[in-house]
Amino acid sequence: MTKSLRWIGVAALALAPLMGMGEYPLHLLVLCLLWGFVYTSWAIMGRLGMVSLGHGGFFGIGAYGVVMGWNHFGLSPWLGLPIVLVSTAIVAFLIGYPCFRLKIVGHYFALVTLALSEIVRMIIVALRDQTGGSLGATPTTALADTSWSIVALQFSSKLVWFYIVLGVWLIGLWVWTRVDRSMARLALEAISQEEDAAASIGVNVTKVKLAVTMISALLTCIGGVLYAQYQLYINPETVSGIGISLQMVFGAIAGGLYVRLGPTVGAVFTLLLAEGLRLALGHQIHGLDTTIYGLLLVLFIIFMPKGILGAATQLWDRRRGAKALATAT
Amino acid sequence: MQIFDVFLLEAIVNGILLGGILALLALGLNLIFGVIDVVWICYAELIMIGMYAVYYLHNVYAWPLWLAFPACIAVVAVLGAVMHQLVIKPVLSAEPINQLLVTGGVLFLLQGVATLAFGVEFKNLGISLPTLQVGEMYLSFARLIAFVVALAGMIAVYVFLKRTYLGTAIRAISQDRSIMPLMGVNPNRIFLFTSALGGGLAGLAGCLLVLQYDIHPAIGLTFGPIIFLVCVLGGLGNMIGGFVAAFIFAQFISVGGYFFHLEWGYVIAFLFFIAVMFWRPQGLFGARS
Repeated sequence: MTKSLRWIGVAALALAPLMGMGEYPLHLLVLCLLWGFVYTSWAIMGRLGMVSLGHGGFFGIGAYGVVMGWNHFGLSPWLGLPIVLVSTAIVAFLIGYPCFRLKIVGHYFALVTLALSEIVRMIIVALRDQTGGSLGATPTTALADTSWSIVALQFSSKLVWFYIVLGVWLIGLWVWTRVDRSMARLALEAISQEEDAAASIGVNVTKVKLAVTMISALLTCIGGVLYAQYQLYINPETVSGIGISLQMVFGAIAGGLYVRLGPTVGAVFTLLLAEGLRLALGHQIHGLDTTIYGLLLVLFIIFMPKGILGAATQLWDRRRGAKALATAT
Repeated sequence: MQIFDVFLLEAIVNGILLGGILALLALGLNLIFGVIDVVWICYAELIMIGMYAVYYLHNVYAWPLWLAFPACIAVVAVLGAVMHQLVIKPVLSAEPINQLLVTGGVLFLLQGVATLAFGVEFKNLGISLPTLQVGEMYLSFARLIAFVVALAGMIAVYVFLKRTYLGTAIRAISQDRSIMPLMGVNPNRIFLFTSALGGGLAGLAGCLLVLQYDIHPAIGLTFGPIIFLVCVLGGLGNMIGGFVAAFIFAQFISVGGYFFHLEWGYVIAFLFFIAVMFWRPQGLFGARS
């Protein structure tokens, strides 16, 4: 029953843009799914107690790696993709293995990974002759006299992007579910609660944590590639560093870390909030959107640490429980 | 080729001067972490507010600097206490990582408020302090003042912690948090006071930095990450460790920047940080728990 409902939901989503949706709503939809995918990728490891502030680094490697390959070497993003994925895997391993081996957790893990995303940002800025530094970069356009180019992974039609991102988002959810249902998840939950106890009953803590970290990092890197190719403009501040890392954490937390659609709900919520404030206030009042965003984050973490969807499902479950109790007696 | 030239010496001296400021910042953060067990991700944003306070008091309301500086310290100290009361207190019993993240929310909040209130334009005091010539080196007078005042501030805090009753209580708590109720100390009072003290140190740093840098709402992001890394490097909560780590870190930035480029200095310093974490995860001077 719920399974068929789910497929109806996906089908409705896939058909929605064909009903004559405007360019702007479609753009929002693409961004919601794209960020939903990225936040879901972050949550794969975040929900298990590994709060990484280094995902800005993986996102930045994906975005800049592919664009630089295309701009300087004429390397198609399709060939750039495996290169950035391998690079991300290496970086994630180099940072993850020692961290998990040495049991760097909590604050320390967050701050070590924060150093990683800052390193990526600094390197992008430092290589300003190649990357354009803080001014950002634009992939050389392949759309001069055509509306799409598969080789350059550039499409002027938002509809194409919608289906690409929809597919990737579904894959992200599928991976989330696979991790959720795996035996490893039970082990990981044990780890997030009591690492030594988990190790003592034979869980290979380092290996399991590393595997989850790699999955999460690689998906985030793909998110970076898609972001760069869709927006056709990247900037070290928006694709790497502390800002985007915190954005991912907050998006996932605002929606709800422990439910599958939570991070996506967080993406929809933060995006609609930002766009709504922008439309309502115009460009005159600088900073009001950031102010409200920050204020809401603080309120969320204090009053709703399970996130929007997390709190909603909890309420729903409680209602249903009460009803079941009432009919039983 | 002469490697040890005067410019390198200049870079080293500048590194020491930078180290003084970093040590001051690390002290404030370590104090808060040691006593309350919370990392304020938004610590650099408090400094940014302090810089704006000096700018507005001095340039807009025409207060003399000797009055604007203490006022700035007071403003940020109050802000620190308010922050503890409104933001940290409600999550004290929540998961540690939520405490870290809630201050991340405050980071955006303060940045947004600063943008709203002060605009995105770069502002500066418009005071240009002379450059000091020592031998063949040229040193910025503003940096020298900052170094001396930062050292004096740290000594004052040290004396306070060593010599006063309240200071002793704070040190005791940072060594063993569970004894607090046993000693008949009111935890919330100590927490509030520590937050105000940490805020005051951020205010002092704001006064010193405003002499050297232009102010804009995102300036916190440029030195925020460095402060956390210095604290972790020295061992979170370890004040002496943070002091030493600040000078080591500053040398990496300054001398690395001299040999390559400023950003590469930071990259090298950050890589050094990660390497140290793998060698001594508890920080250079932290005790293994």
